[in-house]
Amino acid sequence: MPVSVKPGGPPRGRPPGTAHAGAARVYLAVAAGSFRRYSTYRAATLAGAFTNTVFGFILAYSFLALWRARPGLGGYDTAQAVTYIWVSQALLVTVAVWGGGFQDDVQERFRTGDIAVDLYRPVDFQGWWLAGDLGRAGFHLVARGAAPMIAGALVFDLRVPHDPLVWAEFLLSVLLAVLVSFGLRYLVVLTGFWLHDSDGVRSVMLVVSMFFSGMLLPIGLFPGLLGEIAPLLPWASLVQVPTDVFLERESGAGLLGALGFQAAWAVVLLALGRVVQLLATRRVVVQGG
Amino acid sequence: MAGMWTRAVMSYRASFVLMLAANIMITSLDFLVVVLMFQHTDQLGGWTLPELGFLYGTSGIALGMANLFVGSTDALGARIRAGTLDTMLIRPAPALAQLCAERFSLRRLGRPVQAAAVLAWSLTALDVAWTWDRVLLVPVLLLCGTVIFSALFIGFATLQFWWGEAKEIQNSFTYGGATLLHYPPTIFAKELVAGVVFGIPLAFVNWLPALRILDRPDPLGLPAAFQYASPVAAALCAYVAGLLWRAGLRAYRGTGS
Repeated sequence: MPVSVKPGGPPRGRPPGTAHAGAARVYLAVAAGSFRRYSTYRAATLAGAFTNTVFGFILAYSFLALWRARPGLGGYDTAQAVTYIWVSQALLVTVAVWGGGFQDDVQERFRTGDIAVDLYRPVDFQGWWLAGDLGRAGFHLVARGAAPMIAGALVFDLRVPHDPLVWAEFLLSVLLAVLVSFGLRYLVVLTGFWLHDSDGVRSVMLVVSMFFSGMLLPIGLFPGLLGEIAPLLPWASLVQVPTDVFLERESGAGLLGALGFQAAWAVVLLALGRVVQLLATRRVVVQGG
Repeated sequence: MAGMWTRAVMSYRASFVLMLAANIMITSLDFLVVVLMFQHTDQLGGWTLPELGFLYGTSGIALGMANLFVGSTDALGARIRAGTLDTMLIRPAPALAQLCAERFSLRRLGRPVQAAAVLAWSLTALDVAWTWDRVLLVPVLLLCGTVIFSALFIGFATLQFWWGEAKEIQNSFTYGGATLLHYPPTIFAKELVAGVVFGIPLAFVNWLPALRILDRPDPLGLPAAFQYASPVAAALCAYVAGLLWRAGLRAYRGTGS
């Protein structure tokens, strides 16, 4: 380790700014490590991409049948409707609509009791897992997003953006989707501090998340009150918003509004996670005596 | 052994009830989507909502029962990696039976229960001329469908003897297959339907007998005998799955741990 040899002895305290730079380096390393870790499960990734492709085909045909009966339904033309399926399949694992990712790791650490150690590490608990989850999401976007998309494009007439700017907006929207998804899963994980087994909460979350994310059906097609509430809930950030950005259904102010909606939920959920984490840590101290 | 696992799960009764409820809700989601689709149309591929309910119910019961009985085989890869399959092999009971009973979970009742409810509803809403062969075809279909899906679970689980991470491939054919069978064959490309008749004989689970029961034309124009051939397909599937399982066991070498 390089130590500056200035007259007056070893440096006392850190020069301003280094703490932040150091933390950023740690998070980057965690994200990169997580990306690499997931990329080692090559066979599993391949098998998973295959599953996404199989479901993509089945659901794309069901959407085609619906749009054949009702052309232009929900403001999507037929090509957009089929593309919706493939983009949502590409996002399913990336934004962890089913839950999972770091959630499995943390749950395991609850089981073994390692969680107590984690809380006393010099790195922020939430930041650590978030960095890891971003690395995971990055890998899954490439591995489990691209392959089904290509398979879909070979068979169906898809609507893929030509403008690189739209791709950039889409990637930003996916990033925000991962943040929102992390925020939700983090809250579920933290219930582990109070419940012996957060699997029940997790299953309920899965149902809500699958339905309200627009993973099953664009939420614009939900009837009545359901259709009015669904677009306001955080889950809409996961699949509906990024997919609509990909399909170029929003531009200008509408696009900013959509991204702002995601960002706002991300901030709210991450802050909520902080608060709950604080309460949870106190509880651990109490339990630990 | 199944009883033991049931008692183990029941020791967390509240969690079990919550999980069962969540399980029913999760499996209901895909039918909810079908219902929501029918908010916007009154037919899909020329089939009505009760007809889709019939397809959904039959495929869901068959998959759900198969999952209840042999779904645990998906843990084979994890077991091989951990070396715990060896323990099963030296016990004086067939390894396959042990593997199926392991982690036997009543929570898995959620799917067949929910599918049965949908089937019951569809039977009241359908307008079918119930001749004796149609009546008889329903239980035959459910039984053969369960056998076919069980064979798929076991057959694709054996892939894990050679390729430890192949669990998801099994899901593609079991869960994917069941999802395919929720929808009428008319909405899919002919090649896909043909593949499902002759490749992996999924169509014998419900598509072919349903054509007879619901009196629908066959998009592939197969001989009518196919609509009654589910027992033959089920027997063949079970036979092939058995062969694969034995081949897998022969190819298996312990981890040495």
